Amino acid sequence: MNSTHHSLDYIRKDLPVNFKKIGLILSVVGLILVIAAYYSDPVRSAFNNLVFLMLLTSIGLGAMFLVAIEYIGGAVWSTPFRRIAEFLAAVLILVPIAAIPVYLNLHDLYHWTHTDVVAADKILSSKSPYLNESFMLIRIALFMAIWLIFYKIITGNSKKQDESKDQNLTTKNIKISAIFMPFFALTITFAAIDWMMSLEPHWFSTIYGVYYFSGTVLAGLAAVTFLAVYLNEKGLLVKGLKSDNYYSLGALLFAFTNFWAYIAFSQYMLIWYANLPEETFWYLARWGGNWKFVTLGLLVVHFIVPYFGLLSQPSKMDPKRLKFMSLWILFAHLYDIYWLVMPTFSKESFVFGWIEAGFLSLAVGVILLIFNYKASRENVVAIGDPKLIRGINFRL
Amino acid sequence: MSEKVLYALTGLFETPDQIIDAAEKTSDGGYKKYDVNTPYPLHGMNQAMKLPPSKLGYAALVFGLSGTVSALALMYWMAVIDYAHVIGGKPYFPLPAFVPVMFEVTVLSAAIATVFTMLFVVFKFPNNSHPLHDTGYMKSVSRDKYGICILAEDEKFDENGTLKFLEELGATNITHQYFTEDSYATWWSVLDKKFAGILAVTAIATSLVVYIGLNKVLYMQPFSWMMEQEKLNPQKGSVLFADGFSMRNPVQGTIARGDLPYEYAVDPEGASKLVNPLPITEANLQLGKVKYDIYCSPCHGFLGEGDSRLRGQFPNPPSLHSEKVRDWTDGRIYHVIAMGQNVMPSYSSQLSRNEKWATILYVRALQRSLNAKESDLQ
Repeated sequence: MNSTHHSLDYIRKDLPVNFKKIGLILSVVGLILVIAAYYSDPVRSAFNNLVFLMLLTSIGLGAMFLVAIEYIGGAVWSTPFRRIAEFLAAVLILVPIAAIPVYLNLHDLYHWTHTDVVAADKILSSKSPYLNESFMLIRIALFMAIWLIFYKIITGNSKKQDESKDQNLTTKNIKISAIFMPFFALTITFAAIDWMMSLEPHWFSTIYGVYYFSGTVLAGLAAVTFLAVYLNEKGLLVKGLKSDNYYSLGALLFAFTNFWAYIAFSQYMLIWYANLPEETFWYLARWGGNWKFVTLGLLVVHFIVPYFGLLSQPSKMDPKRLKFMSLWILFAHLYDIYWLVMPTFSKESFVFGWIEAGFLSLAVGVILLIFNYKASRENVVAIGDPKLIRGINFRL
Repeated sequence: MSEKVLYALTGLFETPDQIIDAAEKTSDGGYKKYDVNTPYPLHGMNQAMKLPPSKLGYAALVFGLSGTVSALALMYWMAVIDYAHVIGGKPYFPLPAFVPVMFEVTVLSAAIATVFTMLFVVFKFPNNSHPLHDTGYMKSVSRDKYGICILAEDEKFDENGTLKFLEELGATNITHQYFTEDSYATWWSVLDKKFAGILAVTAIATSLVVYIGLNKVLYMQPFSWMMEQEKLNPQKGSVLFADGFSMRNPVQGTIARGDLPYEYAVDPEGASKLVNPLPITEANLQLGKVKYDIYCSPCHGFLGEGDSRLRGQFPNPPSLHSEKVRDWTDGRIYHVIAMGQNVMPSYSSQLSRNEKWATILYVRALQRSLNAKESDLQ
């Protein structure tokens, strides 16, 4: 049978030179702009830095989640692409670095770090056992340590398998992934609360962690999808991958687009319905001035376009459509984070200028660079995985 | 009964790979009317058979969207046109509140309609049987074999050629399937005595078991979360008291605070001598208006003319502007409110003593508005 491969056809190649080149250029330009931004407008830069930090966290943690959930679920279709997600999870290494400027500017970002304000505010002072600087530092350091430890163990085992072909490593990773899941659920929830929800310390939404999670998985998935299609077109993955192999990526993107909309709407509808002033002000802030258009745009960008773009079955397998939609969804996630963070900084109207562009350029640049770094040292395909051949032969 | 004719040639294979290979070669060989039967769905079969994408998705889309639209239209008609009502301080057309319903109806109608489309269009219900199902071939492929079935009506079909073709594919147990034409091209098979009988018996037996099981043998009250409480309810028996009632009479010789028993219950003339104890103040008139609008206006109308919205549905309530009522003393009106009259019930449980008197003040003000005294003009 010509469509089935019984042996592996993989030759390790470096990524195209342009990949690294673009990464380098974007990083350097971004870094220069970011440094200039911190000199010209530190407060705005701090807020942008937070968006940047959340974007890196989303992609790293989302990719990490995909690796873990695919191990737990025993997914076969994803084995040819799993290494891509593992490489993207390496972005987590950058998260502590991206977080440093945020910590240096805590007072500009977070209202509740001013002890005099907290002392005068009954609500904030009763929240202060949780919302205080030292506890936040400890928490976040702990979260990052957890992410990095699990990243190290899981991807380390996967890498070892390339040489040893040891099936026990898969079994081991399944167990470790299962242990990772509750940690993941808790850390991502509290990271979202600490970094973003506490920008408005009076406001609360119990679904906030899930909301950020839905965006995170989308971002991770979209990055994996784009790179999977791109690398396969460049012939850097194993031979024999067809559009059937992409199907689950497209289906998951579609599913999580709906999941995001479901969560976002649930949060909105409950607050709209209850109509309590202590909750509604958060949405009102996103409805004032021309933020209104950004809010309405979020609906279109984050839901309507990806929904119809990925609705039909062929579109979930079409490489061209997937490449476009995954970049679109990455943009939508950035848009979402911007919408979550920036109204605290600029209340009257949304802002976009060279500062924002600089941080975006840096984010894309460093992600490309770290991916290139990993790809230049390791196999882009998990060639030791016992499920790989079945994964390549996966047909709908 | 018509004559048995060759319906199809069937062959069996041992492994999924073989059947996919066979399906690919059969479609490459130009066969159109053939089917593959496997114990479970095989990945890659669609491509091997070169099947066009299923159209069932369009049914789901159309029915799903019509579900959305009809849910929206229904709620719009109810909430905006037929029974516009302010609920929770929201606009008449609160779209966010409708979205969950629209979503649920979309999913429900898409799912149900897709199943029915599949049943009626794809599976050709009510034709629910096919002689192929009763063959040894079907027994094998629903157990551990993978089968292919090439229909005789296919243009490329040729008894000997196709037989050879199947042999070359490596099929085993190649069988000629002979059926009478009316055994598969029917729709009334659903009315088959055996089938309909078993269906009826199953339905009756299931209903009986459920009915007897859940109502007689094992009665479970649905949703009794807050209904059963450890407290005494009015109108219910009680083992706590010797007389077996849960309701108690007030202690002899006592009355509720702020309440005085009404002494003229059977003596309207005596009641006429009662005098309104309330002074005519703005506050008392306001109280009277509030109570009047709530309790009196549904029948007597907001202006006391007996022209309320209930007019025509009951014996018409009288106007409060008649000479008779105008000439009544406050006490006489008090008696009517306290004891009721004709179809009007007593309002003692709704209006306290002072509230009754305040209402009377307001009734007097209404009367004066139509029949002013000369002194009012000064």
